[in-house]
Amino acid sequence: MSSAAAAGNRAFGLDRGMPFPVTDLDDAEVVVLAGANPAETMPPLMGHLRDARLVVVDPRRSATAERAVASGGLHLQPVPGTDLVLALGMLHAALVDGHVDKAYLAARTTGFDDVWRVAAQWWPERAEQVCGVAAADMRTVVGWLAGAARRYVLTARGAEQHAHGVDTVSAWINLALALGLPGRPGSGFGTITGQGNGQGGREHGQKSDQLPGYRSIADPAARAHVAGVWGVDPATLPGAGRSATELLAALGRPDGPRAMLVFGSNVLVSAPDANAVAERLAALDLLVVADVLPGETAMAADVVLPVAQWAEEEGTMTNLEGRVLRRRRALRPPEGVRTDLEVVAGLAERLGAPGFPAAPEEVFDELRAASAGGLADYAGITYARLDAGEALHWPCPDEDHPGTPRLFTERFAHPDGRARMSPVDHVASAELPDAAHPLRATTGRVLVHYQSGAQTRRVAELAGIVPEAFVEVHPDTAARAGLADGDWARVVSRRGAVRARVRCVASLRPDTVFLPFHFGGDQAANRVTNPALDPTSRMPEFKVAAVRLERV
Amino acid sequence: MSSGIVVVGHGMAGARLAEDVRRRDPRVPLTVLGAEPRPAYNRVLLSTVLAGGLTPEAVRLHAPGWAAAHDVDVRTGVAATAIDRAARVVRGTDGSAVPYRKLVLATGSYAFRPSLPGLDAPNVAAFRDLDDCERILALARPGARVAVLGGGLLGCEAARGLAGRGVDTVLVHPKPHLMERQLDADGGGVLAAALARLGVEVLLGTAGVAWEQEKGLRCADGSLVPADALVVATGVRPETALAAAAGIAVDRGVLVDDRLATNDPHVHALGDCARHPGAPAGLVQPAWEQAEVLADLLTGADPGARYHGTRPVTRLKARGVDLATVGEPAAFGADAEVLRFADPAGGRYATLALERDRVVGGAMIGLPDAAASMIQFFDTGTPAPADRLGLLFGRALPGAPETADPGRLPATAVVCRCNTVTKGALVAAWRGGATDVAALGRATRAGTGCGSCGDTVQGICAWLADADPPALAAVPEEGAA
Repeated sequence: MSSAAAAGNRAFGLDRGMPFPVTDLDDAEVVVLAGANPAETMPPLMGHLRDARLVVVDPRRSATAERAVASGGLHLQPVPGTDLVLALGMLHAALVDGHVDKAYLAARTTGFDDVWRVAAQWWPERAEQVCGVAAADMRTVVGWLAGAARRYVLTARGAEQHAHGVDTVSAWINLALALGLPGRPGSGFGTITGQGNGQGGREHGQKSDQLPGYRSIADPAARAHVAGVWGVDPATLPGAGRSATELLAALGRPDGPRAMLVFGSNVLVSAPDANAVAERLAALDLLVVADVLPGETAMAADVVLPVAQWAEEEGTMTNLEGRVLRRRRALRPPEGVRTDLEVVAGLAERLGAPGFPAAPEEVFDELRAASAGGLADYAGITYARLDAGEALHWPCPDEDHPGTPRLFTERFAHPDGRARMSPVDHVASAELPDAAHPLRATTGRVLVHYQSGAQTRRVAELAGIVPEAFVEVHPDTAARAGLADGDWARVVSRRGAVRARVRCVASLRPDTVFLPFHFGGDQAANRVTNPALDPTSRMPEFKVAAVRLERV
Repeated sequence: MSSGIVVVGHGMAGARLAEDVRRRDPRVPLTVLGAEPRPAYNRVLLSTVLAGGLTPEAVRLHAPGWAAAHDVDVRTGVAATAIDRAARVVRGTDGSAVPYRKLVLATGSYAFRPSLPGLDAPNVAAFRDLDDCERILALARPGARVAVLGGGLLGCEAARGLAGRGVDTVLVHPKPHLMERQLDADGGGVLAAALARLGVEVLLGTAGVAWEQEKGLRCADGSLVPADALVVATGVRPETALAAAAGIAVDRGVLVDDRLATNDPHVHALGDCARHPGAPAGLVQPAWEQAEVLADLLTGADPGARYHGTRPVTRLKARGVDLATVGEPAAFGADAEVLRFADPAGGRYATLALERDRVVGGAMIGLPDAAASMIQFFDTGTPAPADRLGLLFGRALPGAPETADPGRLPATAVVCRCNTVTKGALVAAWRGGATDVAALGRATRAGTGCGSCGDTVQGICAWLADADPPALAAVPEEGAA
């Protein structure tokens, strides 16, 4: 699960990336982006942030951070892995400066007193010493948020991908709640979910402890409902499985899987500690990969099933606003290429479990039935309504329901209708710098590449712009390692090394280096990342690994 | 119940130790004696209470019911009167005798009162605990004039806090400049000017000799500082009487080693009452770091844990005055590289000492983000950047304009991020005949994604339309601009 999803569920009783239409942001006066770089990772979002004063929290001076400064806002540059402290320091400043919305807390939340006991220990000057962001900046930003009528706090992977990512997101939610943002028209807290269908995947059971409709596989009522839709005995549904990172670590081990079927995931590049992943994949008896392109993982497979890509099949996606979007086939797939649904249906048939439909609308109707009554209720969303141009946000429980563009305006989704504040405290990153690994490496994306790069590295125009892995380094840090701009360097962690070309960036923290994760082989950033997991979300700590720089 | 850990003192060190012990060992018998009648609270935040930012309730460390929920026997209002080391028993003011396996002294410090006549008057208050804080606030009635004696960190915070409440405040300091332990004369001058701008009257080089209850503070030169109340902030001293009486080695603090052990292996000490060669006095950070180490040792969670000292970082908590110091100014080596800047009119001051690129000391006023960086470089030992100007001034250093005019953008600058269109590509398209925004969009796809580059494309278009042919030929390459 995403750390943001876990934190959202914990606080609001429901996780929908943005509980409001993204167009609400158009009118925002102040937007805090914590660990988000939409200017590179989701450029269209920037069109909705044109008029707002932006505050960007990022160890790097990203394109979004530059935009924040130009907007009259601020770029806050914490030590990687200390964002939670920053949020606590800001909450402390909010109370001392009289910005906490006590009427809202009393009417709509529980738990502030316990949250304050923690935040009280993080007066801004103490938080500053740990996170490196000036206490004065914490006060300034809190003042901006409190002084605006329309204001938002948005988080993304930079807050989530830590061994304490759920708590980090919770800390930002606590700040937003203390200031009275969530559920207030024109203000709010949201998460910029990843990929086109990141939200849709996380709410419909694309995870080993879930069932469709954001139901828990451990909940007997949920099991009975979904088993009823499928016409099977609830006892035949499996229990919760391993999280993705733990599954990869178990492959080929005595208690782990011997065979694996992968759909469109290039785990050799995208999962943490890539060397260990390669070793585990090699230990399998059988690896089957269904993919559009021969990425690194597909090339390591025993069997590759070529499948259609997004423009070659029908379907839906659910975007970051919880709005279901119709996807239409633009091209016919090449001869012999199946859709993912056809692969699943065909395999089920041959495994003796026929009845899996391959027609997208039929599958969607099944999903509607399975999600009915759940949190992410799609029952009232049909292809016909979407094709007629309706903008439908879940929950949409029946076909006469207009959908729910704005959640939480009256109540949150917990039984008592209140948001729950969680008393979260700072925990150091799982791996800290030492004499042998004195720098913190953080990973992320560049504009021209998508995910593991399996698609975008093959596009000449894109590969021409960023052809190879690079490592952003402060020029002094590079010089100390005997490196100059343009040199090849080895970035070495306790787990492995990645080869990358040095880019000297004077605005970077001298204690931090940045690696994009879009490259494979010896340029795979995930050869150095730490597979430490958040205890709740099981999301890995992609954002902090202790490393050193070496000349090649 | 077998005898367990007994902590004497329920301040920031004792309360944190109790938490840290419980986090590691939920069962070991744990007793805490606290002399103050109220539950433990955060002393660091008293100046914020004084300034009106927090209520006394908000600085309470533990939620009501914490001790019971965590099976900690907290006895508030019970001070320890004696330690019987032979019998391993500590005696309390309530007549109790508490046996211990391990005893931890966390008795903190007390406010030092100079030996001036009149300080026992009812309109004089120290500034050390929550009771003091409440007394000061009672004395600082609207319209009252309050003198603060002592221009160290606490005195400056108290004076600023009172002035912020609208109290007529005068800060009296016997030394020629404020915070002389942390600041040099220039820095002290900038601080005094900053406080003066915030409404604090600052009297330097002025030694009080007597408090005249009805008049004010009498000074050494015979002059009178009229005041209705006096706040004494003349420093603190470690509270060591209990230890000394029990024959535990004391020298300006209970002497402890890296295991926070005294000369009696069954007795430990931490926080303000303890003296470890690496721990700066009067800060909470060493106490909290020591609590972790001691909890590891007392519970056996990490028998190898050791406390090696804390790098001294001081931060003034006074609204409108951003002051940070690191290191001990006296400790700079003679060969240290020293950077200095003073701008008394602008309320800004910076001094930094470096040895082999490491920040070993410094002070900053009015340069908040540079101060945050200074603290980080000092605290982590990360080599400081070669750009000393940037190091000293941070964002206050005028840099390149954030939004360059189109003519000065390098040709390689990406204008449209969605489609990765550089300025050079736009110029080339213009030369190819695409001479308006729409045509540039068709030719290069610039502006056809999110559209947020529209203004820049428009600007480049206008610049190209205005520019003479020679300027077109001189589109600067990256690095040449």
